[in-house]
Amino acid sequence: MTGLETTVAILVSILGAGTPLVFAALGELIAERSGVLNLGVEGMMLVGAVCGFIAAAETGSPVAAVIVGVLAGAGMALIFGVLTLTLMANQVATGLALTIFGIGVSAYIGIDYTSVALPSISPVHIPGLSDLPLIGPLLFSLDPLIYLSFAALAGVSWFLYRSRAGLVLRGVGESPESAHAIGYPVIRIRYAAVLFGGAMAGLGGVYLSVAYTPMWVEGMTAGRGWIALALVVFATWRPARVLIGAYLFGGVTIVQFHLQGAGVEVAPQLLSMLPYLATIAVLVVISRDINTIRLNSPASLGKTYHPDAH
Amino acid sequence: MWVKLEPRAEPSRAMIYVSPLLAAGLTLATGFVVFTVLGFDPLAAFHAFFVAPIDDLYGWGELGLKVAPLSLCAMGLAVGFRANVWNIGAEGQLTLGAICGGGLALAFPDTESAWLLPGMIAAGVVGGMAWAAIPAFLKTHFNANEILVSLMLTYVAALFLSYLVFGPWRDPQGFGFPETRQFQDAATLPIVLDGTRLHAGMPIALAVLALGWVFMMRSFLGYQIRVAGLAGGAAQYAGFSHKRMVWIGLLAGGGAAGIAGVGEAAGPIGQLLPSISPGYGFAAIIVAFVGRLHPVGILLASMLMALLYLGGEAAQMNLGLPSAVTGVFQGTLLFFLLASDVLINFRLRVVRRAPGRVAPTERAT
Repeated sequence: MTGLETTVAILVSILGAGTPLVFAALGELIAERSGVLNLGVEGMMLVGAVCGFIAAAETGSPVAAVIVGVLAGAGMALIFGVLTLTLMANQVATGLALTIFGIGVSAYIGIDYTSVALPSISPVHIPGLSDLPLIGPLLFSLDPLIYLSFAALAGVSWFLYRSRAGLVLRGVGESPESAHAIGYPVIRIRYAAVLFGGAMAGLGGVYLSVAYTPMWVEGMTAGRGWIALALVVFATWRPARVLIGAYLFGGVTIVQFHLQGAGVEVAPQLLSMLPYLATIAVLVVISRDINTIRLNSPASLGKTYHPDAH
Repeated sequence: MWVKLEPRAEPSRAMIYVSPLLAAGLTLATGFVVFTVLGFDPLAAFHAFFVAPIDDLYGWGELGLKVAPLSLCAMGLAVGFRANVWNIGAEGQLTLGAICGGGLALAFPDTESAWLLPGMIAAGVVGGMAWAAIPAFLKTHFNANEILVSLMLTYVAALFLSYLVFGPWRDPQGFGFPETRQFQDAATLPIVLDGTRLHAGMPIALAVLALGWVFMMRSFLGYQIRVAGLAGGAAQYAGFSHKRMVWIGLLAGGGAAGIAGVGEAAGPIGQLLPSISPGYGFAAIIVAFVGRLHPVGILLASMLMALLYLGGEAAQMNLGLPSAVTGVFQGTLLFFLLASDVLINFRLRVVRRAPGRVAPTERAT
């Protein structure tokens, strides 16, 4: 392999490592833009991952895996929605419960699938373009879910900034009282945002278990759900920056793998700390300027709102 | 017919206490249903999960063995939660406590001094506090979210422990297993109940709970913390320092979790292994909420949570159920509690739905 080919291979693997984060963080971004902080991303990803994996193992169809994983993630989000939106439970506590529940449920239902192997998903080669040097393998022969993550970014950006519904969603996140007074169904809009967040977390999980690894291991997300939450802060609630952050973390993960492979004289456990330490470093750098956070975070984020309670 | 939530004029004091009982009852009922669905004889399975583990003295000792770390972690977390400081990294702080306390035992392999154990506990407190001081510092100086930082540090702590027992601290006579040497007797917590494995960690936990009660209910600092949590604006107006609340909330959590870590390493395990806690630090979050952030409630909730752990182990052996079922029950318990809590501020009213009238208030419920 030439140096150029190695570089391209590394870049492609960074795209792969970042993609679960892109999905999960974009979903959480929409939920948070509506004012709802769902700390259950890790649990929703795990349940999406295991359900998608089982669907793939039973049917052999990646499409079925994606559908089942998305529905499973949304199902988890529905539990969160009922508790926080209808029953007005504390969002932080409910999100933590969702993660603990998700870790347990996914371990339980995946127990018979831990040693099952899946066929890998073949990349989509875009005819003509994939033969181009350098950008051919980098941009035009990736696995289909990576293309879907690009589409998701475009879709979320368009929705938030170019559609009327996106404007309403942002309004709900800034001031649910005003949105309610104008006549928008705040709770329904928030349900939709939370369900979208769950579906995307589920999709991130499916990508991990069916395309990226591909296998099911208990707790395989290894904190990616939490990193996705940190990415939303890093992105200051703007979708395009989610992509940058996700690939940054993908890069850290891949660099750490390559260092281990290259026989660097550092214990593998210490290298594995890098993504978590990087998350903390990034949070510190971004949060340091309290005004940036205050200006960009949705004003009602994490606060319970219910029309009956006022 | 339609059930509608109707705001209460005053929050119901009774429901504050009824809600955790309701949640516990609903969790047990869910267990009953789940066992039936899975094709077990529900009564036998229920008995095997919730009753058999504690039908003798040894079983109660095992329960206490789990109550101690759970109530320690939960008491520490409760101090922070009262002030709306969300430390969710008790698992990592527990790990650092075990590393520091255990490290002291490993550093003095020949000591039979009676001061070794107190020293280990003190080292554990320092270790746990140091680990919790990181999110406190980053929160107070850089506004970094303590939830995410404390959780990330849990992963870092687990990797650090793994590095130590696979690397520098590995027992040279351990046939290559990733474990440290066994602690000597002077570095092992004494058994307090003959015929069981219950060790001195339990009385220590009870002392910490008592201390927690005095601190939260009888000290001025505890009062400030409660005010800050209930009415942040009022606390600010009274001049209570928010930064101080963050520090106290996190250090209390870290210190208590550190003791729990020493209790595991110097208690039932007796050495350091790659993993020293089956998620006590996370389960303690649930314990703190179910226990209403109150020491007595925390003790009772720890007993229920410990029973879920024991039941999970028993179900694995007797019913062939995976132990992951414990996590399912833990999450379910907190779900039911959060759902029941709506009844503190609202009452249920059965209403006949008027046709054609769909006001926003009704749509939402």
